[in-house]
Amino acid sequence: MLRANDNFVPRAGTRVAYSTLVSFALLTIAVLVGTMIGPAGPQWWRVPIELINRLPLISVDSGVSDADWNIVMQIRMPRVVLAVLVGAMLSVAGASYQGVFRNPLVDPYLLGVAAGAGLGATLVFTLRRSATENWLIDPLPLAAFAGGLIAVFATYMIGSAFSKARSTATLVLAGIAVTSLTTAVQTFVLQRNNDVVRQVYSWILGRLSSATWGDVRLVLPYVVFSCGILLMHRRLLDVLRVGDDEATALGVNIRRVRLTVVLAATLGTAAAVAVSGLIGFVGIIVPHTVRLIVGSSYRRVLPLSILCGAIFLVLADIPSRVLADPAETPIGVVTAFFGAPFFLILLRVRKNQV
Amino acid sequence: MSTLGFCDLTISYDGDSAVSSFNNLVNSGEWLCLIGPNGAGKSSVLRAVAGLVKYSGSVAIDQNEIPATSAKWRAQNIAYVPQTPLIPEDMTVYEYVLLGRNPHIKHFASETKQDVDVIEKVMTRLDLTRFAHRMVGTLSGGERQRLVIARALAQEAPVLLLDEPTAALDIGHQQQALELVDVLRRERGLTVVSAMHDLTLAGLYADRLVLMHQGVCVASGSAQSVLRSETLAEFYGVSARVHHEPDGTVVVIPQRSTSN
Repeated sequence: MLRANDNFVPRAGTRVAYSTLVSFALLTIAVLVGTMIGPAGPQWWRVPIELINRLPLISVDSGVSDADWNIVMQIRMPRVVLAVLVGAMLSVAGASYQGVFRNPLVDPYLLGVAAGAGLGATLVFTLRRSATENWLIDPLPLAAFAGGLIAVFATYMIGSAFSKARSTATLVLAGIAVTSLTTAVQTFVLQRNNDVVRQVYSWILGRLSSATWGDVRLVLPYVVFSCGILLMHRRLLDVLRVGDDEATALGVNIRRVRLTVVLAATLGTAAAVAVSGLIGFVGIIVPHTVRLIVGSSYRRVLPLSILCGAIFLVLADIPSRVLADPAETPIGVVTAFFGAPFFLILLRVRKNQV
Repeated sequence: MSTLGFCDLTISYDGDSAVSSFNNLVNSGEWLCLIGPNGAGKSSVLRAVAGLVKYSGSVAIDQNEIPATSAKWRAQNIAYVPQTPLIPEDMTVYEYVLLGRNPHIKHFASETKQDVDVIEKVMTRLDLTRFAHRMVGTLSGGERQRLVIARALAQEAPVLLLDEPTAALDIGHQQQALELVDVLRRERGLTVVSAMHDLTLAGLYADRLVLMHQGVCVASGSAQSVLRSETLAEFYGVSARVHHEPDGTVVVIPQRSTSN
């Protein structure tokens, strides 16, 4: 007879619970700090007091005028909430791409998804946004989705056609080629549509600065849907880690799983790109940091990537507001500033394993 | 009860024939061992059963033709241990063995208490419990081999396919692994098909040997009838003596061509 063995039950549990708790706390702090800092509006320390004042049954005098409070609620809040959604989406998409392609070096940016989505969105801009204002469903995220999808499939096809072993480097190189081509097409389109150049460029550099509640409403359903689908696949992503043949022998319909995960991750990324522009490296920095803390199982990496991605982007948005105050530093510049060195370290440390 | 039948199995890769007209019937609870030189088509036969290669002809488990079954059904009925498993180094031993329960866990659900019980039994059986939280990458060759076998056993499938299960093991661990497979086969009535290079061990454990050469089955039967020095010389190009022990064990001893 076998005795129940205390040692046997996975120990990771407590550490995961602890990390989740800490992440939630950090996210709350990050969101709070995010709403406190900005060029205009009330003094930073008045914001939490006013927040307490707004709680039911409590009345504290914070000395925040209605106009100042409007700045917090209509300018800073949507920006912070959008950073939460976009950061969560880009990280979980990055982790998922790393899982289905069994490649630690890919993220929405490096696979060309972001550039493809950018091209799709640019095409919508050239059609004049005012014409689509009254459409029931905004075509911007859908066009971005189509562009992102074409790009990721092109990258995957080129990557696997040129190297039977689907080496990690080939896929990344294919992503660079697809990104360059997409960007070239985008530049060409823009040259022929001079009137929208300014609009598109301010959008490409990251548009969190002009976020509105409308942007939040636009991206929210896509992010929730896409994160839901990806989280449902987290256990299957673990099975995929043993390779296509063995995963098949373990009962996984790998083509269906891979297709579903790529579609969901691309849809979410495209929606995020459609409202926030191109923000790179989030999908690579966050999942790998999470792996260092809770191990490599996707059952833990995916949910925690969502939380930590949100924290990371909210925090990255703060220097983007204050570095060149009163001007904005594009958030894509901030993430690349941290991301590029991180990527190089990763190249050196992790070699070929996921 | 799981009978494995091959009828006219033919496999080719890009026009090159790997297996041609392979016929056999492996009874429930029987251990069949495929032997033959490198490239004889042993692995291809196993991969066909696992549903990993396209083929013509028929491979069926209890009349269920392999291509007509779902990946999930196959995983519930066939456990496959590949020659060189792809082992993600930074997975824990527990997580790795848990993968074997995938065919029994609903698509988007998590493992149940029952799944954890099965894993615990298998890991105790293979003496892996103390490694449960170790990273797979830190295990030795022998421990990894046990690990992969543990994952296969966690599938609780009636058919077990082993491609070179002992290639990476020293003589002691070879014996341990094969003994274990044999004990489990008898306990659970598993049908085992293995590909092996060590002819003496193959003859010792398998009920029946099939000698393959260039994709064709050239000899089949008991160790005594298949392992003969003329046969080995013809198909392996090896000069070997075959020694018969009083207990029926057939021992293959390679000979040096020049004696000093």
